[in-house]
Amino acid sequence: MKVLVAVKRVIDYNVKIRVKSDNSGVETANVKFSMNPFDEIAVEEAVRLKEAGKATEIVVVSLGPVAAQETIRTALAMGADRGVLVQTDDEVQPLAVAKALKALVDKEQPGLVILGKQAIDDDSNQTGQMLAALLGWSQGTFASKVELGDKATVTREVDGGLETVALKLPAVVTTDLRLNEPRYASLPNIMKAKKKPIDTVTPADLGVDTSPRLVTLKVEEPAKRKSGVKVADVAALVDKLKNEAKVI
Amino acid sequence: MTILVIAEHEGGALKSATLNTVTAAAKIGGDIHVLVAGAGVAAIAAEAAKIAGIAKVLTAEAPALEHHLAEPLAALIVALAPGYTHILAPATTTGKNVAPRVAALLDVAQLSDITAVVSADTFVRPIYAGNALATVQSKDAIKIITVRGTGFEAAAASGGSATVEAVAPAADPGLSSFVGQQLSKSERPELTSARIIVSGGRGMGSGENFALIEAVADRLSAAVGASRAAVDAGFVPNDFQVGQTGKIVAPDLYVAVGISGAIQHLAGMKDSKVIVAINKDEEAPIFQVADYGLVADLFKALPELAQELDKK
Repeated sequence: MKVLVAVKRVIDYNVKIRVKSDNSGVETANVKFSMNPFDEIAVEEAVRLKEAGKATEIVVVSLGPVAAQETIRTALAMGADRGVLVQTDDEVQPLAVAKALKALVDKEQPGLVILGKQAIDDDSNQTGQMLAALLGWSQGTFASKVELGDKATVTREVDGGLETVALKLPAVVTTDLRLNEPRYASLPNIMKAKKKPIDTVTPADLGVDTSPRLVTLKVEEPAKRKSGVKVADVAALVDKLKNEAKVI
Repeated sequence: MTILVIAEHEGGALKSATLNTVTAAAKIGGDIHVLVAGAGVAAIAAEAAKIAGIAKVLTAEAPALEHHLAEPLAALIVALAPGYTHILAPATTTGKNVAPRVAALLDVAQLSDITAVVSADTFVRPIYAGNALATVQSKDAIKIITVRGTGFEAAAASGGSATVEAVAPAADPGLSSFVGQQLSKSERPELTSARIIVSGGRGMGSGENFALIEAVADRLSAAVGASRAAVDAGFVPNDFQVGQTGKIVAPDLYVAVGISGAIQHLAGMKDSKVIVAINKDEEAPIFQVADYGLVADLFKALPELAQELDKK
């Protein structure tokens, strides 16, 4: 079975986010970017499926600027076979991403698509579900375990604990944190990845209109918390909670 | 304007996230309908009909709807959608699972996790783990929205007298089936609606040591939470996780014990009214958001705290 994995280039999770002074967005110049952490988990899961003999080929897709090639390259170094960059410098919202991915799925005919459950930049948590809807496929979101047989058996992290569903294949799976621990690419694999092919297409090539449906009017910093105090011991803490904050 | 709120329920009772979502709907304005979908939901529908400010409760019953599977639930909501200007679901794992499926089937965008209503088409939502707040306007005819419970007060659970109307469930697309679940059983309040939360992090060292957290939580009638580090280490199950990608909480009192305070954790709790941090590392970032910080060894401080709370 062919597996398609979608990856997003995002501001690295360790970077302290700064809102632009004109409130148009966040500062992206001279900031470190890396693969969305949930997508690393998605790539790792696909590579493990291939190592287990369940996946035959892993195609990794990213939408974004030319620099997103680096994100694809990272996935290739982890073990994906080839990449497709849907190149655009515009803001692409989840619905348009899902439409572009659908066009590629129609072409590539994978048996499984794996995506991160959410990107840590816009925190939308939508693309996988939207892709499943557009394809008319089943969806297994927030997966902490995936078993492939005639069906995909997916254990999902839900608010009350864990839930297991059986999905008719082909299916879309989105990853949660506990699905696996992504590997670091070895140097030989990083070298090998440089020779793996990456195709470049545009949203227009795929027949997808990426114009935004949501308009961001402004981006602001959240209110800062007032700095607190240190207390000397447990008795002082309980006293403050009882008599000053009055919360217990 | 008519707004459809997707009710969240479990074990035969409405979940409180539904009430926060109703408040968000009320801020948009217009008639509010609540959809209770499931199997054997008459009692839940009767409960929903009492929520203040609701005009109508719709019930849809089918075996396929019993476990809130995304595919049949989305099919139902899409069938109802033409009558509505807004469809709101709580930003719970159920809401997050189904709402984007509905949006894509209707070819509209979704607004995730809104924390404020500016107008009927403009909303505020946190991005970058809450390190920035975006004000976003939707151009779509039907607005699909998930609502972050901590952004809105709970609507009154009584005082309303909505009519209850059964609607036909959509045909089950037959794409998925429910296999089973392992739900954490606890006598304690639920994390997202608790007034007080005591959370442990990597510093707890083991799952057994969470007994120290529980001893304090028992005395405060508090819920128990955890950082991602503690969940990844296997100390506690995933449903304890507070943070950017776990549960978002805003209790009156949040006690963070042995939690360093990564931005991903702060994203899940920094709107708490009062934050207490107990950590032996006085440089830990958690102290920057704490109202009261105690630099101490948690293995000494937690038993002392339990003792101190026993004093009247």
